[in-house]
Amino acid sequence: MTNATIPPPAAGPLAETETRSVWELIKRRVRGGELGAWPVVIGLIVIWVVFQALNDRFLTAQNLSNLALQITAVGMISVGIVLVLLLGEIDLSVGSVAGVCAAALAVLSVRRGWSDVAAIIAALVLGALIGLLQGTIFAKLGVPAFVVTLAGNLGWLGLQLYLLGSEGTINVPTGTITDLMNTKLSQAAGWIVGLIVVALYALAAFSGRARRASAGLPAASLRTDLVRVIGLAAIVVATVAVLNSWQGVPLGLLILVGLVALLDLVLRKTRYGRSIFAVGGNIEAARRAGINVAAIQISVFTLCSTFAALGGILLVSRGFSATQTTGASDVLLLAIAGAVIGGVSLFGGRGSPWGALLGAVVLGSISSGMLLIDVDSSVRYMITAAVLLAAVILDSVSRRGRRSSGRG
Amino acid sequence: MTAADSPVLALSGISKRFGAVQALTDVSLEVYPGEVVALVGDNGAGKSTLIKVIAGVGPADTGEIRWEDRPVNITKPADATGLGIATVYQDLALCDNLDVVANLFLGRELTRTRVLDEIGMEKRSRELLGSLSVRLPSVRVPVAGLSGGQRQSVAIARSLLGEPKVVLLDEPTAALGVAQTAEVLDLVERLRERGLGVILISHNLADVKAVADRVVVLRLGRNAGAFDPDQTSQEEIVQAITGALDNAVTRRRARSEAPPGDSAAGSSVDSSVDEDRELGGEG
Ligand SMILES: Nc1ncnc2c1ncn2[C@@H]1O[C@H](COP(=O)(O)OP(=O)(O)OP(=O)(O)O)[C@@H](O)[C@H]1O
Ligand SMILES: [Mg+2]
Repeated sequence: MTNATIPPPAAGPLAETETRSVWELIKRRVRGGELGAWPVVIGLIVIWVVFQALNDRFLTAQNLSNLALQITAVGMISVGIVLVLLLGEIDLSVGSVAGVCAAALAVLSVRRGWSDVAAIIAALVLGALIGLLQGTIFAKLGVPAFVVTLAGNLGWLGLQLYLLGSEGTINVPTGTITDLMNTKLSQAAGWIVGLIVVALYALAAFSGRARRASAGLPAASLRTDLVRVIGLAAIVVATVAVLNSWQGVPLGLLILVGLVALLDLVLRKTRYGRSIFAVGGNIEAARRAGINVAAIQISVFTLCSTFAALGGILLVSRGFSATQTTGASDVLLLAIAGAVIGGVSLFGGRGSPWGALLGAVVLGSISSGMLLIDVDSSVRYMITAAVLLAAVILDSVSRRGRRSSGRG
Repeated sequence: MTAADSPVLALSGISKRFGAVQALTDVSLEVYPGEVVALVGDNGAGKSTLIKVIAGVGPADTGEIRWEDRPVNITKPADATGLGIATVYQDLALCDNLDVVANLFLGRELTRTRVLDEIGMEKRSRELLGSLSVRLPSVRVPVAGLSGGQRQSVAIARSLLGEPKVVLLDEPTAALGVAQTAEVLDLVERLRERGLGVILISHNLADVKAVADRVVVLRLGRNAGAFDPDQTSQEEIVQAITGALDNAVTRRRARSEAPPGDSAAGSSVDSSVDEDRELGGEG
């Protein structure tokens, strides 16, 4: 065998250069087009600084507390959108699904006299069934998702109007349904929840380190882990302190954050979550790896509609009524925009449910700030559009960066 | 360890039609443990079709497949993987957004109490990549950030996780530069050292000569000879591939080299082949 023209073997021992310092990580991510949430966080800080400069009531406890309540329902819908975007698909029906589930909730609990809990469960099941139907049409019949869900958008809106009947509005009396968005945790309860969150996170971080070390694997530098834990603690303490100094941590916000955290764990730590990322990254590779692609797609659309249903329930809870415009108007667009602004790629396979929360905070801050400085909602739409456009451009550009850095 | 005197995989009389196209006619092929068999042939010769027959993606119409001396049926991909046949397709089938560990274990993730066992998978990945001397910046980078050679190495390494006995590689170096090609060829040699049978499709005869123990030529869906690459000049293989002494390759050489001289096998021919190999490093 002639080796004359084969260059010296490029191979050697597994050369790991894993000095996982924060700076290295940032550099690698920028080069690889993996910016993650940083642009949004920076953007959010800019937004807050600007609005605070324009009106010093912006960063008050009362305003921030209101903001938290404002973003909860749409944020919840946005979480479902994240899942669909991770597949590289889109769901244009979530606004109407939220609306029809809100209508069903009100009809069942008010007109039919169901208990609040039973009506809530029924509304969630309705949402799940809608997603199951749309997902099956998409995955099994091969109809593009945006068409299926566009039809759904119209159809479920029709059903919503039909359910509400000629009156068009059903007021919901105080009860479990309205408690969801109108309950505030006591000061002590707020701090205890915050403490538990930080403790769990620290425990997970440091036990993960220990397990990696005992398995002989390189771990993130201790400083990185410490920075993360302290960073989270700072955010939690600041949030609880601010919310407590007004009326306390809203239950609705807690539900949203809790579900986001849970979904994040499912996505990162289970085979199911890994499969979602795989389908979004390379559907053919996922199929060849034995993943049941259709089942993943159907389940994701089901989950997305269920989150939309929950969003609708929260809208009823906050407004004490289900109306013909519940879930209508800009709800769909804000839910999608929130996910995209939160760094979830439109091209599939990249993003996190935390992005939905972050995006919701950005959008909520813009609208709350605009309201404070007394600017018309026409301007708010235009500013929101600019932010969305910036996020999408960033997404597209970083995708291009990834493409050119990949493959030879 | 299988005795190396009997083939681990033996195909005989394989035929396959696609409508009017007779893609394979009475083809036979054998692979021994620890042997690299190069499968060469022009575009449309039936190489990929044959690979798909073995991988269970497109079963043959007729013919016999023997695995470790027993006749077997391979009608679906799971049959092939069940026997111990791993396939690395031309288009890699990696998820760009997932890191190396996630790609290696895609579809067969390790779990502990339903939670992904990231530590177990990472350990196993490092062992595997280390034993193959694959160099990567980190096993936790998304594969989008890897070079073509590294990606191909990951794809090949992934096929080894199932402890296969035969690995099928469809044009593993087609899109690679010189250094990255060498990386992959090194990897192929390491598969051989592990006692695996390797079937390698390549259009690059220099690569084939460098790494193969046997060269099997397909022409128009039929066997067109098997060669020992150490005993055979590149021109003889080209003749077998094109089916003519006077073919496009020799004509081109004749034009560029002034009088071609006596083209019998010999050191002069070999050295000219070597020159070609240096120049035509396949971009
Ligand atoms: N799915 C198919 N349907 C119809 N004809 C096919 C199909 N797959 C392959 N063929 C035909 O079978 C013949 C062999 O194709 P094959 O892909 O095996 O060639 P190959 O040797 O791999 O070529 P290349 O070097 O271009 O990859 C060709 O004539 C091709 O057109
Ligand atoms: Mg081919």
